[in-house]
Amino acid sequence: MEKATWKTKIGLAQMLKGGVIMDVVTPEQAKIAEDAGACAVMALERVPADIRAAGGVARMADPSIVSAIMDTVSIPVMAKCRIGHFVEAQVLEAMGVDFIDESEVLTPADENYHVWKHDFKVPFVCGCRDLGEALRRIAEGAAMIRTKGEAGTGNIVEAVRHMRVVQDGIRWLKALPVEELVAEAKKLGAPAEIVMKIHNTGKLPVVNFAAGGVATPADAALMMQLGAEGVFVGSGIFKSSNPPAVAKAVVKATTHYQDPAILVDVSKGLGAAMPGVDIKTIPQQELLATRGW
Amino acid sequence: MTKIGILSLQGAFAEHATSLQKLGVETLAIRLPQDLENVDGLIIPGGESTTISQLAINYDLMKTLKNLAQNGFPMFGTCAGLILLARNISDSKIETIGAMDIKVQRNAFGRQTDSFETSLPIPVLGEIPFPAIFIRAPIIEETNSTVKTLARLPNGTPVAARQENLLVSAFHPELSSDLRFHAYFLDIVSR
Repeated sequence: MEKATWKTKIGLAQMLKGGVIMDVVTPEQAKIAEDAGACAVMALERVPADIRAAGGVARMADPSIVSAIMDTVSIPVMAKCRIGHFVEAQVLEAMGVDFIDESEVLTPADENYHVWKHDFKVPFVCGCRDLGEALRRIAEGAAMIRTKGEAGTGNIVEAVRHMRVVQDGIRWLKALPVEELVAEAKKLGAPAEIVMKIHNTGKLPVVNFAAGGVATPADAALMMQLGAEGVFVGSGIFKSSNPPAVAKAVVKATTHYQDPAILVDVSKGLGAAMPGVDIKTIPQQELLATRGW
Repeated sequence: MTKIGILSLQGAFAEHATSLQKLGVETLAIRLPQDLENVDGLIIPGGESTTISQLAINYDLMKTLKNLAQNGFPMFGTCAGLILLARNISDSKIETIGAMDIKVQRNAFGRQTDSFETSLPIPVLGEIPFPAIFIRAPIIEETNSTVKTLARLPNGTPVAARQENLLVSAFHPELSSDLRFHAYFLDIVSR
């Protein structure tokens, strides 16, 4: 018997597919998420919209918040550590969280290097804006990838951009003749071995979710139709006027993303969605997606 | 030609489709009751049992699944699928198909870092042990005399079982390249 193998790490991500992972800040919110059908929750001290509003340094959540949420729900519990902050990751692993998100939503701890994730028994998910970034994270041991989008904005435009860029990158690698792959790996800043693998299989070697800006059931279905294997919803649920209804609707839309009649049904009467932000009004230095290297 | 439905509400349904396609079987994604009309058997994949249960209650799917399971329709549940087929679950109130006379415990090995791989003897599949991957897996706590245990961990815990048309495993045959467990299910379907 061998515990915490690579297969069990990427396997948990495979079990999350087709599902919705919801940001929660209290055990009560976690219960609402679980009852609505979330396949996992992300335990946080503040949702991204509030992190954005508060400014300052955003760090790993207080372990007592994460523990209280772990004690409340039976679905997997994820938690975020800062980019490169391997000690926050050690703390979260020691607490027994099911997945760690090395996240650009928190203030980076290292502006050159990410966590060497192969050293951990707990699986990691990391954000990306393009294929090269995704493959560097996988090389470091990420067992799951999510496109970054722009967290805390309720605006889907960046999530769409990043998903399209990643999918285009995969299609491009698949189409290239084999003799061009090593040079392409150099251009991408990614290991040739993983580039070859994608050329042969036509897909990433780990699960890829969409994140950063999902606020409505239609947003979730849009990301699924663009090739996401599931969605993270951050501020979109608990910053809306009716969180239980929005949570349930997003779960249904993620499953039935190809069925417009059901999308009509689940989009009705949800009340006010979270107030959104036009990305162009956010100063360059306050964009979260540009964090990570 | 045999056509197998795969409950595709949430979880690792694509992996089951790949395994069946390697065995030359046609598959169909099942999301609504009417999808079940033209299939010969059903696989309920791994995923989150609470999520799959919630989604199945919508659009009367759960009701249709209960009727089918009670009327001899072949079903194979892996991990969350095992939970959804069980008549009893300790510590949980989720609604299940509840057709198989087993009592199960969810997340019986602990949290994710306790997930594991092991080589599991499964006599009905032949002498070579099966590469079994357990992820936040359940166990079978109790069975009745009409349930046949197909595999046990070294400590005696049952982790795969069959009761007539119903087949379950606590581990994930769809994550390994060994197709024998899927072939065993197809054998049940063809009878």
